[in-house]
Amino acid sequence: MSEHKWQRGDLLGVAELSTEEIVHVLDTAESFVEVAARPIKKVPTLRGKTVINLFFEASTRTRSSFEIAEKRLSADNVNFSTSGSSLSKGETLLDTTRNLEAMAPDLVVIRHAHPRVPHGLAERVGAGVVNAGDGAHEHPTQALLDAFTIRRHKGRVEGLRVAIVGDVAHSRVVRSNVLCLRKLGAEVTIAGPRTMMPEQPEALGARVAWSLEEAIAGADVIMMLRVQLERQARASFPSEREYFEFFGLTAGRLQAAADDAIIMHPGPMNRGIEIASEVADGPWSVILEQVANGVAVRMAVLYLLAGVKSGEGSA
Amino acid sequence: MSAALVLRGGRVVDPSQGLDGTADVLIEDGAVTACGAGLEAPEEARRMDVSGLVVTPGLIDMHVHLREPGQEYKETIESGTCAAAAGGFTAVACMPNTEPVNDDPSITEFILARAARAGRARVYPISAVTRGLEGRELAEFGAQRRAGAVAVSDDGRPVWNAALMRQALRYARHFDLPVIQHAEELELSGDGVMHEGAFSTRLGVEGIPGAADDAMVARDLILTADTGGRYHLAHMSTARSLELVRGAKEGGHRVTSEVSAHHLLLCDGDVFDSGLDPDFRMHPPLRSADDRDALVAGIADGAIDAIASDHAPHHPDEKELDFVAAPNGVVGLETTLSLCLDRLVGKGVIDLPRLVELLSAAPARILGVPGGSLVPGSPGDVTLIDLDREVEVDPAAFRSRSRNTPFAGWTLRGAPAGTIVGGRVIELP
Repeated sequence: MSEHKWQRGDLLGVAELSTEEIVHVLDTAESFVEVAARPIKKVPTLRGKTVINLFFEASTRTRSSFEIAEKRLSADNVNFSTSGSSLSKGETLLDTTRNLEAMAPDLVVIRHAHPRVPHGLAERVGAGVVNAGDGAHEHPTQALLDAFTIRRHKGRVEGLRVAIVGDVAHSRVVRSNVLCLRKLGAEVTIAGPRTMMPEQPEALGARVAWSLEEAIAGADVIMMLRVQLERQARASFPSEREYFEFFGLTAGRLQAAADDAIIMHPGPMNRGIEIASEVADGPWSVILEQVANGVAVRMAVLYLLAGVKSGEGSA
Repeated sequence: MSAALVLRGGRVVDPSQGLDGTADVLIEDGAVTACGAGLEAPEEARRMDVSGLVVTPGLIDMHVHLREPGQEYKETIESGTCAAAAGGFTAVACMPNTEPVNDDPSITEFILARAARAGRARVYPISAVTRGLEGRELAEFGAQRRAGAVAVSDDGRPVWNAALMRQALRYARHFDLPVIQHAEELELSGDGVMHEGAFSTRLGVEGIPGAADDAMVARDLILTADTGGRYHLAHMSTARSLELVRGAKEGGHRVTSEVSAHHLLLCDGDVFDSGLDPDFRMHPPLRSADDRDALVAGIADGAIDAIASDHAPHHPDEKELDFVAAPNGVVGLETTLSLCLDRLVGKGVIDLPRLVELLSAAPARILGVPGGSLVPGSPGDVTLIDLDREVEVDPAAFRSRSRNTPFAGWTLRGAPAGTIVGGRVIELP
């Protein structure tokens, strides 16, 4: 366990985290991994704490992962899924906040389609706030679980070559991951079709490649991003077939990567579009481990934040 | 209004007659009758000692949203003209995107009646180009002109149909009305909410490329050349738009443009630094630092004609939404003059006569309204300025009903010290 003394009451983005804090979360998560292997998968750490999962945008995986993490920590949790309701459309942040405060939660996990909504919430509520994805801005727990997974496989993150490929412009996963992996000392390359790259991709702080081949050459880790199929209607790519042809990861293309490269995907996957089944299900794939590790990392985050917000300090 | 008024001992800055020096200004029956040193004033004239102050032709804000009729919770003609007077403006031109839209003489007449009753500043209504701002049929330019409209614009949205824009430019020539365009290619701005660039990339915010403005400006300038119409570009925001306008002017076409104080002083980096504060959201968005610097150069070298606030009040509840959900627009009537005095004149970017040109003579010329000058025969509209007074931008103290400004807390040197409209000293309640 690292020596870092955890003092942060909210987890809003990787941008705010120091390298020491990131390492501390990963170290803390190690101790929660084995909970999943117990016959009774529960620890009393957050007994009596209330966690609200406030999802303004549809999510199955991330929300379920948080829910399981909360239950395994013995917290009382409530889900607010407000996608499409009046709440997501026009209620002011102030009203949302006041409603939440009235229920006296200890932690709020929030996902919203708009950037920095969690940050605005954190300024206004006493509870600890966890950003579970704010538009295409940040998704810090995803980046932490990805770093955790990489570290477990490679024993380190520093010095690794990581390629992230796909719809970079609209991905919160890529933003948080670039920040996190760079802070941990990895070399990160991003790539995607030009119509799916942001206007100034270099502003993200990663090396920019313009083809899949260039991006993954010699890579130790390859992270494929989900293609949002509705983007096709917006002329971001002409067809799924063409996308797969030029930016889909196949076993053949994988030859260019390091021999022991691992393949990651934040899910849910589009088989045959950004990733071939032979790769997704192959020996290089750690995609399901990412899901398992997600629970441990989220347990660590909730545990650390709750410790600060209840004034007890931390581990 | 028959009482005469003489302003004694001020520094009169009136670029329309190349005047910058100590002089008196005599106003009788609502109009300037003399301007010069050591004037003989009639016995009964009210004497105002304005020594230590700058005296300029009344400032005209040629682009404001007064929200009345229809959105009185944001602003009214009374509160908006109070804000104008507090900000040193003796006249404003108000955009037609009210509810109902000002596409009919009855609305123009209503606005003028309300403005007369408020009595704080002159109000020049701008008619819609198209009925209901729907971009389908032309509004009645002629009837609107007769009722008192001074220009036509669909501001808030562009006249996007090229054929309709061409007809508007042609038809407006009958009435010598400028067509004021909110230049934006809507398909290019898409769902964007801030300038597309490095900061939108980092924030994962949908961007509005500069090309969205530029593509429309380029099209419009071709149509202007084609029709011989009068085109005025509202709230210019990019370096490329500036170059396009510069080229059209050099080509002898009847093109003018305005820029807002926020586009001269802020950029997308400020949006980032604000943490996506909704008070930094407006349309067009704050552009790159390079765009901002180009616009500043454009007011200095004369390529841009006017500065206008694009005063766009929104109720605090609306700006309590997050950045993406919040409406576009910021207020500016009560900050524009001090911002320009401190950050443009104070920093030596432009001199005071040029600022008066940008805020008074040029808007009067573009809109074809009296004013912008203190030569005898001009309206008795005067703005008094205290160059030494330091003010802090305090939204809570605004006369406007709205508070949405990105400049809260800025300390500025130079402030309005009063306005005179038609020879009447405007007292604020």
